[in-house]
Amino acid sequence: MSAVLFVAQRVTAAILALAVAVHLATILYAVRGGLTAGEILARTHGNVAFATFYAVFVVAVAIHAPIGLRNIVREWTPWRGVALDAVLAVFAIVLLVLGLRAVMAVYA
Amino acid sequence: MTESSSMLAVEVWRGAARGAFQTFRVPRRRHQTVLDVVTEIQREQDPTLSYRFACRVGMCGSCAMTVNGRPRWTCRTRVSEAARDDGTLRLEPLRNFTVVKDLAVEMTQFFDKWRDARGYFEPGANRGGDFAVVPPASAARQAADAAIECIGCGVCYAACDVVAWDRDYLGPAALNRAWTLVNDVRDAGNAARIAAVAGDSGCQCCHTHMSCTSFCPKAIAPTYSIAGLKRAVVRAALKGGRR
Repeated sequence: MSAVLFVAQRVTAAILALAVAVHLATILYAVRGGLTAGEILARTHGNVAFATFYAVFVVAVAIHAPIGLRNIVREWTPWRGVALDAVLAVFAIVLLVLGLRAVMAVYA
Repeated sequence: MTESSSMLAVEVWRGAARGAFQTFRVPRRRHQTVLDVVTEIQREQDPTLSYRFACRVGMCGSCAMTVNGRPRWTCRTRVSEAARDDGTLRLEPLRNFTVVKDLAVEMTQFFDKWRDARGYFEPGANRGGDFAVVPPASAARQAADAAIECIGCGVCYAACDVVAWDRDYLGPAALNRAWTLVNDVRDAGNAARIAAVAGDSGCQCCHTHMSCTSFCPKAIAPTYSIAGLKRAVVRAALKGGRR
């Protein structure tokens, strides 16, 4: 793992530690009295803070997960090289696109 | 004084990558080391047994083997502390090395990685200059001193799970050596050294299991050396240095 990937994984881990905690706490708080899809969308539509938080979450995931998977693949299989990096770069893009699409779906 | 009160059952690996355990019966003696047992087997029972040793007193590091699953210097391991309760010993070559024969392993890859980590002093161009003054109490010298006593026995390398998973990983001994040089104010090769230990098989691969630190017979903590290298690599990356 190069130094850049190492730093990127640690920084995104720090972001995700906070983001996941907020995410789970929000879920537990919001559904305590029951919640419908309509009520969720009513709160998230046009909510810039919500969209920003989850956009950061998605970007951190899209950076963190492929680097971690790359480490696991390199440790547990003989797969190395450009092909591995290319596959994981595509995986990162897929995570980013699907994640941001989901954020926009509940924001816009 | 050395009369045995019982017999040891010693299972010894015979062969190379492929092989099998052969059991020897050896008299148990007072203050007997595991190296004594191996030597007695070779001299009294089977002269074809291959193993490696030199000093017998914990200075050379050449007699390291796996004793009942743990990498150890056999010359500094008494049978009384290593044998199982039923008086059995299982002796294998060091893990993570290519076995030459029986208990002797090939050390080439291990030392190649010291070279790959640039674990050698780089004097730079100032060879005609005056002697460097290195205060023993300086932080850098103390960090180097904490890791400098490594004698290259390979116990940490055998104990390391990351080496077992990724044979390209430089390993604790080579990285520990690199750390001593990073802290050597006389050394002129640190830019290249930091780049060498920051690669895909470098210090960031360490999972901090601390097996190396746990098993090092010299009580060195390669884990802390590797942590220091990780910090140095991050500092270099943030400064825009070589990656």
